[in-house]
Amino acid sequence: MPGIVDTLLYIAIIVAKILVVFGAIMLHVAYATYFERKTIGHMQVRLGPMNVGPHGLLQPIADGIKLFFKEDIIPAQADKPVFFVAPVISLVGALSSLAVVPFFEGFAIANINVGLLFVLAMSSLGSYGIILAGWSSNSKYSFLGGLRSAAQVISYEIALGLSLVGVMMLAGSLNLTDIVRAQERYPFGMFLLPQIIGCAVFVIAAIAETNRSPFDLPEAESELVAGYFVEYSGMRYGLFFVAEYTGMIIMASIGIVCFLGGWNGPFKIPYVPFAWFFIKLYVLIFIYYWVRATLPRYRYDHLMNLGWKVMIPLALFNIVITGILKVMKALP
Amino acid sequence: MLAEGIFIYLAAAITILSVLVITRKNPVHSVITMLVLFFHIAALYVTLNAEFLAAVQVIVYAGAILVLFLFVILLLNLKEEAVARRYVGPWPLGLMAAVGLFLAIIVSLDSFVAGPKGAFTTEVIKAETNTKALGKILFTEYLYPFEVVSIVLLVAIIGAIVLAKKRLRS
Amino acid sequence: MPTAFLPEEYLPIVIFMVIILAFGLGTLAVGIVLRLRRPYQEKLLPYESGNPPVGEPRYRFSVRFYIVAMLFVIFDVEAVFLYPWAIVFDQIGLYAFVEMMLFIAILVVGYVYAWKKEAFRWD
Repeated sequence: MPGIVDTLLYIAIIVAKILVVFGAIMLHVAYATYFERKTIGHMQVRLGPMNVGPHGLLQPIADGIKLFFKEDIIPAQADKPVFFVAPVISLVGALSSLAVVPFFEGFAIANINVGLLFVLAMSSLGSYGIILAGWSSNSKYSFLGGLRSAAQVISYEIALGLSLVGVMMLAGSLNLTDIVRAQERYPFGMFLLPQIIGCAVFVIAAIAETNRSPFDLPEAESELVAGYFVEYSGMRYGLFFVAEYTGMIIMASIGIVCFLGGWNGPFKIPYVPFAWFFIKLYVLIFIYYWVRATLPRYRYDHLMNLGWKVMIPLALFNIVITGILKVMKALP
Repeated sequence: MLAEGIFIYLAAAITILSVLVITRKNPVHSVITMLVLFFHIAALYVTLNAEFLAAVQVIVYAGAILVLFLFVILLLNLKEEAVARRYVGPWPLGLMAAVGLFLAIIVSLDSFVAGPKGAFTTEVIKAETNTKALGKILFTEYLYPFEVVSIVLLVAIIGAIVLAKKRLRS
Repeated sequence: MPTAFLPEEYLPIVIFMVIILAFGLGTLAVGIVLRLRRPYQEKLLPYESGNPPVGEPRYRFSVRFYIVAMLFVIFDVEAVFLYPWAIVFDQIGLYAFVEMMLFIAILVVGYVYAWKKEAFRWD
C-alpha cells in the first residue's frame, strides 16, 4: 500500500496534465473560431475580423468575455432542469474524448486499452445534448432542429464506427497509441493508403457527426433559425459552441491517430514532440472550413440517403476488402 | 479498502439512481437519470476488469437504446399519461412482496459460493486485454451462438420495419 | 470477498470528467454573477419569427425518425460485434474471415429488405 503522500502526488500529476491539455485545447477552440472566420473571409475575398487587436487577433477573447455578460434568457415554458443539463451533457460528451488522445509518443492523459471505443461511446452522447436541448426549449424550431440533428447524428454514427473497423483490423488493437505504432511499417507511416475507403467514409461521417457544413442541417438558418439552440443565449449557448468546436478537434485527432500516422512525421522536429500532430490537426481543421466555404448545404432527405445507402455499404465493403487483403497476406 | 469503497459507492449510486428512474413524473427526466445510471454501471464493469463490456454498455445502452427510448417518448408526447396514476393495485401487497424478496436475498447471501477459477484470471486479462480474450473465445468456441445472433438481428430488422410500416400507413 | 481489481488507467478519465463538469457548471455560475437579468413576458416567449407562438410546440413527428432510431440500434449492435472480431483477426485468420462474412451476409439480407421496404426513404 503506497503512502498517502505518494497517492496525492500521483493525483496531482494527473490533474496537472489534465489542466494543461484542457487549457491548451480551450485556447485552440477559441482560436479555431478566429481561424474559421479568417479562412472563410479570405475565401470569400473579405478580410474577416480586423478590429479587435492586430488583424483581429483578440477577437475570440472579446467574444468569450461578451458571452459571460450576455443576458441568460430561459423561455417561460421551458423544462428548466433539462434546459440546464443539455449543454453540460454536450460538453461532457465532446470533451471527455480528449482524455485518450495521444498527442505525442507516450503522452495521453489516460492510455486505456479500449481508447477507440471510448471515443465512439462519448461521441454517441452528442445526440442527447442536441435532442434534449431541442425538446426542453419548447420552441418549434428547436424541437424540429433537435430531432433532425439527432436522427442525422445516429445515422452517421454507424458509418463512423464501421469505417474504423478496418483500422482496428490492421492495428489489432483498440489502444490509440498502439494504433499509431502499428502504422510505422506502412507507406508514409500512415494507414491512409490501405484504408483509403475507410478514411473517406470516416471524414464524411465525422463532418456529419459534428454537424458541420455541408451537413449542418440542424442549424440550417434559412429554415430553422439556429436549430436546437435557438432559445439558448449567453454562456449556455457558449457551452454548445465549445462542445461543437471541441468535437471537431476530437474528430480530427481521431482521423490523425487512425489514418494519418499520429505524432509521426516524415522527419523529426526537435524539441516539440507534438509538432506533427498539430500540423496535421490544423490541416484537417482547414479542410473542415474549406468544405464549409465551398459546398452548399445538403437537403435533409439526401443527407439521410447518403448516410444509409452509401456510407454504410461502403464501410462494410471496406471491411470485406481489408479482410481479403489480410487473408491473402497482401499487407505488411 | 479503496476498491471496496468504490464498489460501495457504485452500488449505492446504482440503487438510488434506479429508484429515481422509476419515480420521475416526467419520462424525459427518467431518461436523463437512466443515462447517469448507465455510466455508473459501465464504471462497475471497469472495476470488474471488463473494459469492453463497459464500452459496449455506453455505446449500445446509453448511445443507442436510450436514444430509442427518448424518440419513443417524444413520439408519444406523453402529457396525459404523465398525470395518470402510475401505481395500480393495493400498495401493501407490493410492499409485502418487496420485503419478502429482500429477506430472501439476505437469507440466501450465506449460501452464495463463488464460481471456480477459470483460465482468465486478472493477470491473464491484464496481459491480453479484455477485448482480445473475449474475441478469441467468441469467434472460436462460441461460433454457433454468434452466428445465431445475426439471425436474431435479422428478425429484429424485419420486425421493426413491419411494425413501423403498419403505423405509417394508418 | 474476491479482491477487486483497480483499473488505475481509468482514474484520469474520472478526474477529467469531474473537471469538465466543474468547468461547465463553473462558467455558468460565474455568468450568474456577471450577467444582467431583466426578463419580461415578451422576451420569454419562444422565438417564432416575431409572431406570438401558435399551437403546441412538441407536436407529433413523423414515424420515420422512430424507424431510423430502431435500425440504428440494430446496426450499432452489429458494429459492436465487429470490434472484437477486428482486433483478433490476426490470431484467428481465415476462419474468422469466413464466419464474419457469413454474419455480414445475413445482415445484408436484412439491410436489403429494409431498403426494398423503403425504410431509408425520406420524404
